[in-house]
Amino acid sequence: MSQAEVAPPAPTVSAPKAAPVSTTVAAPVMEPVMEPMAASMVAGVRPQTAAGFLALFRNEITLTFRRTRTIALLGLLAALPVLLGVVVKIQTGNLHGGPGGPAFIAQVTQNGLFLVFAAITVALPVFLPMTVGVVAGDSIAGEAATGTLRYLLVAPAGRTRLLAAKFAAAMAFCWAATLAVALSALATGAALFPMGGMTLLSGDTIGLGGALLRAVLIAGVVALSLAGLVAIGLFVSTLTGSGIAAMATTVGLVILVQILDSLPQLQAIQPWLFTDHWLTFADLLREPMYWDGVLHNLGLQALYLAVFGSAAWARLTSRDITA
Amino acid sequence: MTQSPVVESIDSVDTEETPVGGPATAAGPTRADSPAVIRTQGLTKRFAGGQLAVDGLDLTVPRGSVFGFLGPNGSGKTTTIRMLMGLIAPTSGVATVLGASMPQSVGSVLPRVGALIEGPALYGFLSGRDNLVRYDCADPTADPRTRARRVSEALDRVGLTAAAGKKARAYSLGMKQRLGLAAALLQPRELLVLDEPTNGLDPQGMREIRALIRELAGEGTTVFLSSHLLDEIEQVCTHAAVMSKGRLLVQGTVRELAARAQGRLVVRTPDAARAAEVLAARGVSDIRVAESRVDGEPATAGDDPLPGLCAALVEAGVRVSGFGVERGTLEDAFVALTGEGFDVAG
Repeated sequence: MSQAEVAPPAPTVSAPKAAPVSTTVAAPVMEPVMEPMAASMVAGVRPQTAAGFLALFRNEITLTFRRTRTIALLGLLAALPVLLGVVVKIQTGNLHGGPGGPAFIAQVTQNGLFLVFAAITVALPVFLPMTVGVVAGDSIAGEAATGTLRYLLVAPAGRTRLLAAKFAAAMAFCWAATLAVALSALATGAALFPMGGMTLLSGDTIGLGGALLRAVLIAGVVALSLAGLVAIGLFVSTLTGSGIAAMATTVGLVILVQILDSLPQLQAIQPWLFTDHWLTFADLLREPMYWDGVLHNLGLQALYLAVFGSAAWARLTSRDITA
Repeated sequence: MTQSPVVESIDSVDTEETPVGGPATAAGPTRADSPAVIRTQGLTKRFAGGQLAVDGLDLTVPRGSVFGFLGPNGSGKTTTIRMLMGLIAPTSGVATVLGASMPQSVGSVLPRVGALIEGPALYGFLSGRDNLVRYDCADPTADPRTRARRVSEALDRVGLTAAAGKKARAYSLGMKQRLGLAAALLQPRELLVLDEPTNGLDPQGMREIRALIRELAGEGTTVFLSSHLLDEIEQVCTHAAVMSKGRLLVQGTVRELAARAQGRLVVRTPDAARAAEVLAARGVSDIRVAESRVDGEPATAGDDPLPGLCAALVEAGVRVSGFGVERGTLEDAFVALTGEGFDVAG
């Protein structure tokens, strides 16, 4: 089809099969149209583009990090390693020989790099999942509560696409949250303790560069191991029109599961709890790296993601949006 | 990729035939030359609680019309709009928007529809401009390269350019309403669904929005407007429908609807009691007497025209200082139809 047949200069917004509304629409009582509309003002079917499809994902992630709440949560997470480092620095004498306490704490005084792993170990059971629960729990329910959900859906964002964008944004938050803990710990460790080559759990020693690489790897694994929780949070978020209720439920679930995971009587179900293999990341501090536990954890997260992701999808795509 | 220069012929009967086209029974006074932009057949919504919100709605909105959607609170207007926009699924019946059934075709239909539903909803922590960017991003057919221009044009169109950088939470209700309207105008639309668009606006703002609606209609956009302000409907709409308790009472052109409400004969006179007697004798019914004023319904299709009545009054020695018929308004028709009010006719 030759372009010559197209009367106006080919408008960038018009679709290949554009069916622009004719300017001769019978509109009684209305004044006649003065002049032909500009190309950009022609209504009709526009094609969906890949860039247009992905725009929501980018916007969603940007939006997540523009919320004061998100910044506050990240700030809280970043404060944790500082607190931990200061406490370790002050209490150095008491920590030696004491049997309890989180892993890696004893090593921190020798090598500030260990503060990264110690901080992640402290943050992972409660603080990290709590912040993730807030972000994931609020994702759909928060939009429903403010009424913006209906405008996103009539835009039309597409319910599946919106859910995928929310998941992407929540995972981006997991990554940022882990990074906030790790970077803050690294800075604190460097400021308060000596840095250098690191003695691994297996007894081998690696250089500073190698140790930093492991820290990056572990941060990635930890972020991914929150995927199951994100899926649960999204599902809870599709159930209610109240952001607060969804956040509280998700955070409550984390606490409940952590309690269940600590009861010896429940050993039968514990391997299936999404929190059970979280601390396997420590296996990556061996030489060679021991991947079984980590892969098991990631597999379990994938299972949770499949189950609760499907549930969230089924719920959101069939739900009446009355808010 | 053929750039076919097909222009949808509005007057063609072919466009009437939609993919899902059920029996094209012209429910309501549809103009034959304008295919429906919205058509519902037996549209029904029963909520989980058993409450019947919309009951067997047969609605036809002709292309190019400005369609007023009226009804008391709780009459099912918003539920209908939500079904048309694919937000809630009908219990039974069919809703067709721009020729495709909803909610199955939201992805292809809604990019051509702008909507303001139950007031604006905004992200308070974002500026007005960023709110529009957000909604524009949600539309997968929106070209990211031209986004900034689209947003600026929409802001300009509703007169918010100066306040575009302000956080939306600092906006007044009227500004929020304008921003919601701007979101509906991000793209050229074939259909605009506006739920109470002048809510919260001052009289000047109302006038501006009405002018904007007229302008959009002049460009060929069909406007589906719900409002509780009857004079607003009368001012801007070509067609109207009235809902009550989930059912459609009537639909048609505004002129037809207003004509349904019979005008009342009003006589201004100091001799009110005497005048009432004369009028009653001449077949005027439903007579109400007030201080220096009598009004009633003149006998319909009677042979006795108004001048005859006036002459009779004068003959009887009634001092007439004013005599005339007050035109029926849409409000009268509305009150008569919904039974909301004392004076129920028909």
